[in-house]
Amino acid sequence: MPVQVAGRVLTMRRVGAYHAMTLLADGIAEEFRPGQFVAVAVGGPDSSMLLHRAFSIHAVTERGQYGGTVTFVFAVIGRGTAWLARRRPNDAVDVVGPLGRSFRLPRDRATATLVGGGYGSAPLFPLIDALRARGCRVDAVLGAATADRLFGPLEAKRRTTSVVFTTEDATMGERGRVSDVLPAVLEHTGSDVVYACGPMGMLRAVSAIAAARGIPCQVAVEESMACGIGVCMTCVLPVVGDDGTTRMVRSCVEGPVFGGDRVRFGDVGTVPADALGAPVAPLADAAPPGATP
Amino acid sequence: MTSTVARPSVAPAVDLRTTLAGVRFPNPVFTASGCAAAGRELAQFFDVAALGGVVTKSIMVRPRSGRPTPRMAETPSGMLNSIGLQGPGIDAFLEHDLPWLADRGARAVVSIAGGSVEEYVRLATKLRGAPGLAMVEVNISCPNVEDRGQVFAGDSGAAAAVISAVRRQSPAHIPVFAKLSPDVTDIVAIARACVDAGADGLSMVNTLLGMVIDTTTLRPALAGVTGGLSGPAIRPVALRCVWQVAQVLPEVPILGMGGVRTGLDALQFLLAGASAVSVGTAVFGDPRAPVRVLAELEQALAERGIDRVADVIGLATDRLPRPDIARTEEEQ
Repeated sequence: MPVQVAGRVLTMRRVGAYHAMTLLADGIAEEFRPGQFVAVAVGGPDSSMLLHRAFSIHAVTERGQYGGTVTFVFAVIGRGTAWLARRRPNDAVDVVGPLGRSFRLPRDRATATLVGGGYGSAPLFPLIDALRARGCRVDAVLGAATADRLFGPLEAKRRTTSVVFTTEDATMGERGRVSDVLPAVLEHTGSDVVYACGPMGMLRAVSAIAAARGIPCQVAVEESMACGIGVCMTCVLPVVGDDGTTRMVRSCVEGPVFGGDRVRFGDVGTVPADALGAPVAPLADAAPPGATP
Repeated sequence: MTSTVARPSVAPAVDLRTTLAGVRFPNPVFTASGCAAAGRELAQFFDVAALGGVVTKSIMVRPRSGRPTPRMAETPSGMLNSIGLQGPGIDAFLEHDLPWLADRGARAVVSIAGGSVEEYVRLATKLRGAPGLAMVEVNISCPNVEDRGQVFAGDSGAAAAVISAVRRQSPAHIPVFAKLSPDVTDIVAIARACVDAGADGLSMVNTLLGMVIDTTTLRPALAGVTGGLSGPAIRPVALRCVWQVAQVLPEVPILGMGGVRTGLDALQFLLAGASAVSVGTAVFGDPRAPVRVLAELEQALAERGIDRVADVIGLATDRLPRPDIARTEEEQ
C-alpha cells in the first residue's frame, strides 16, 4: 500500500540535463518494486499548483542514517518542476508512493535487454539490480537527443553486461535512436525479455521490434497525471485486456507498466471505436462538455 | 510548562453531526463526485467511513469510455477537466463498488448522470434498495440528447423533469439532491424549479465551463476543447451561489462544494448556508485532504467557541426578513 509522507529533501543533484532529488520519506522503500513511481505535491500547502507531479522511482533505501529515502529524476519543464529544482536540503516535500504496477520479473534466470529513452532510464536501475539478484544477464540500450540527456551512462556501464548508447546528434555512442540499434543487440545477446521506459514513440518502436522477434516486452509509460492514485481519470490510454477487449485504462493504477503488445500505441490520444463504452455520443461532443467531471 | 505545550492549544470537543433532508451524518465533510472514484483508492490513505459521506463519481446506465486525452490542464489555483464521464455503468457499480462502500460502513451518496429523463429513471430504479445508499445526487450538468445536447442544469423545465422523475422512482427515505451548475443566469430560479419538482436538497456547485489554449501547439489544450474548471479558483463563485440560494430557500438543505481545500474554506460554506461540504479537487494533490479538512474544521470551530456544527449553518445569511421586504414594510 502506498503512503503519503511529509518528506524532507536529503540531497539535490544535477545530472546532465536533469535533477535527481532524494527525499527522506519513511515507508516508501519497504514496499517498493522496480517500475513504481511517486506522486509529489509542488509549491507548498498554499500553492496555486494543485496537482501531483508523477516521477518514476530511481532508487530507495530502507533505512539509512536518517531513515528511509526515495530518489527520483526529473527535467524542468514547467513551474512545478522549476519549484522542485529550487528545493534545498531539509525543505519539505509532500510525497505519495510507491504507486502503480511494477515490472514483472522472469521466474527463471533469463537474459534481459533494458531500453531507456532520456531520463526514462532512471527507473531501469533498480530493475537491473533486481534482475541481477536473480542471476539474469542484463544488457542495455540507452538513447537520447544529446549526450547530456542520457541519464546514468556510467552507472549503466558498471551494472550491466553491455550497454549501447545512441544520440541523435552523435555526441555520444551511435548516431540515431534506440530502435536503430535494438535489433542487433537482441540478436547479439539472444535476449528472452525486453523492458523499456521512455517516450511513447520509443515504446511503440521497441514493442514492435520485440513483437517481430517473439520476445516478451514490458513498457513503462510516461502519461500526464493529475493525482497518480487512480481517482482523476486523466491518465488513460487504450489497452487490450486478457479478454481481448480494449479499455481506456488508468496508467497510474493499471500501469505504468504494461505488456508492450497490449498498448494500442497507434490509438493513444484517441478512444478507439471498439473500446469498451465507446464512442461518446456525437451529441454529447457537440454540446459544451464542461460541468461533467 | 512542558506538559501544557504537549497538548493542543484548544481541545476540540465539537458536535460535528449534521443532517441532510432528514438523514443524519456523523460530520459535514464528504468527498466530491468525480474526485474520489468510488472510495476504494482513497481508502489506502484513510478510513472512508470516517467521512460524513462518500459521493461517488457520476454513474451512467452503460459502461462509458469517456473522451480522448489530454483530459486535464492545470490552471491557476484550479484545473480544467474533460473526462467525459468515463465509468463502468450502473450494473458493474452495483455489483462491485457500492457493496464495497457498504462493507466499509461508509455512507454512499451515489451521483447519477444520463442523457435523457428515461436514463435517469432507469438509474434511480436500479438504485432502489441498494445497500449502503444514503442519498442520490443527480448530476444534471449533462447534455440532453433529446434537446440538441443542451444541458439539463441550464433550463428550469429540463432540470425539473429529471428531478421529479428521479424523486418518483426513489424510496421516500432516500434524499434526492440536484447538483446545480453555476453556468446559469439565475441559479436561484433553477434551484427553485428543482425544489418545486421534489428535490430534497441541492448540491452546489458543479464545475464552471472553461478553456485553455496551448501556446506551443496553438490548439486547445484539452482534446474535448472546453472543460470543467474546479479548485480554489472557483470557490468565491461557488460560495456566492450557495449564499444566494440559502438566502431565498433557507429550509432547503445544501451540500456545498467548489474549491474547498482547508477547514476554513469548509467553514465559509457552512456559514453561507451549506449543511455539509464536499472536498474535490484538493484530493488530487493531497489524498488525505477530506480528513485533514475535517480536523481543521473541528479545530476552527473549537477556537471560535462553537460547540456544534449545526450552530454555524447559514450564520452568514440574513435570518431576518430579506432587506428588500423589510424596506418595503418600513415604507408602508
